Amino acid sequence: MRRALLGCIAVSVGATPVGVFLILRHMSLTGDAMAHAILPGAAVGYLVSGLSLGAMTIGGLVAGMVVALASGFVARVTSLREDASLAAFYLISLAIGVLIVSTYGNNVDLMHVLFGTVLALDDTALTLLCSFASVSLLVLAILFRPLVLECADPQFLRSVSKLSAITHFVFLALVVMNLVAGFHALGTLMAVGIMILPGAAAKFWAETIAGLIAVAALIAMLSSVIGLLLSFHYSLPSGPAIILAAGIGYGLSLIFGPVGGAIAQNLPRRNLKT
Amino acid sequence: MTAVIKFQNLTLGYDRLPAVQELDAEVQEGSLTAVVGPNGAGKSTLLKGVTGALSPLDGGILIDGFRRDEIAYLPQQSQIDGSFPISVIDLVAMGLWHEIGAFGRLSRKFRVRVDAAIAAVGLTGLEKRTIGSLSGGQMQRALFARLLLQDARLVLLDEPFAAIDAKTMADLIDLIKRWHSEGRTILAVLHDYATVGTHFPLTMMLARELVAHGPTAQVLTAENQFRARQMCEACAGTPHVCGKSAA
Repeated sequence: MRRALLGCIAVSVGATPVGVFLILRHMSLTGDAMAHAILPGAAVGYLVSGLSLGAMTIGGLVAGMVVALASGFVARVTSLREDASLAAFYLISLAIGVLIVSTYGNNVDLMHVLFGTVLALDDTALTLLCSFASVSLLVLAILFRPLVLECADPQFLRSVSKLSAITHFVFLALVVMNLVAGFHALGTLMAVGIMILPGAAAKFWAETIAGLIAVAALIAMLSSVIGLLLSFHYSLPSGPAIILAAGIGYGLSLIFGPVGGAIAQNLPRRNLKT
Repeated sequence: MTAVIKFQNLTLGYDRLPAVQELDAEVQEGSLTAVVGPNGAGKSTLLKGVTGALSPLDGGILIDGFRRDEIAYLPQQSQIDGSFPISVIDLVAMGLWHEIGAFGRLSRKFRVRVDAAIAAVGLTGLEKRTIGSLSGGQMQRALFARLLLQDARLVLLDEPFAAIDAKTMADLIDLIKRWHSEGRTILAVLHDYATVGTHFPLTMMLARELVAHGPTAQVLTAENQFRARQMCEACAGTPHVCGKSAA
């Protein structure tokens, strides 16, 4: 239980800043697509060496990177836009993944890959999650300025520096990395949840990037605690419990959030800012 | 006076359809030139060609004496994500990219210059606002402040006065004249012939091909405007034979 909590908090801290940027770049669904793209890699890893952490991690990373690079490449070389080419590649990838798992594994394994096993995290897995979170934060800190500019005014970034393409791909790599980390704890399908939901909820509380990241990380950690407690006391599957807790956080933010929330939006303003 | 940009038999376009065709012209150092012409005449395309974002289909653009990254380019406004939560001061400070790069620190010395640029465009007091809360005119002022900080020798402006109020336009024209007096070379795509006639000494009129280039009074004649419109209408359907049919 303590391990599970630590693992979830590591994933919360690592994945939410990436999620905030995904939302700011209008790429929320890209996260979802990438999560599916990871599946065949993890499945191949599983085929090669069973439920091995290392093999499934490497497999997931490789599959995610291949899909990210391939779709980025297609978007730059052909007239197909990046969202369409990503959709094409992730669907192919997902089909391969499901095929492998259902041919060579059994249903328990499929559930394991899809929904994760946060309550069974061992020390190696924990170390992995924590290192991924640390690396992710570090890279994001280094890349912060180009990334902000790439989101706000990509044309300007291209006119002053050659970092635009690099920034884009490193950012996609971070997405993949955090999804792989999240997938050990929450499963491939739920990993996106901890990335996107807190970020979307934070939109109703903060107006600056730093504020968004702080609020999102806080919501993610709270959801982890609440979700794990619920899962422990009512023997619910932990991944969905955590994401549902985040979902409730999102719902509350949607209604009560001061920045464009339902109530704030529709009440007459008492003190107008000038 | 030396030519800083030479367009040599330049053809620019998208998907092999030329938007600018067989253009021969020179832009002198320190000149202030308006680029005018009907819709679809290739004005914006020409600026993209100068920035290097678009490669020529034929011919070439020679830029003499300085590097491509000494060009400041203000594209049409729609390409900035106004919903992104970045403050005015951060947006303006990006103009210092050449000096502090992706990782350098925004030290006190730079902060002073950012504040000065914001003051020069009359946005003092709005530094902490996010760009989404700015009006169209304020946004354009912020972008001009960023251009100020870029301290570029060649400034390219694409429709800088589209949809902004008269007061803002007058202020921004003053800034352009200041750059001109500092010896910078400026190319501005404009629609309003009255503005061009009053403030821009030189004009280049395009209708895919060059219609006329020179002192504004000699270029902005009724005859040239009529000819430009005809040339653009003639080639609207079949751009690839544009040059021949109009000639």
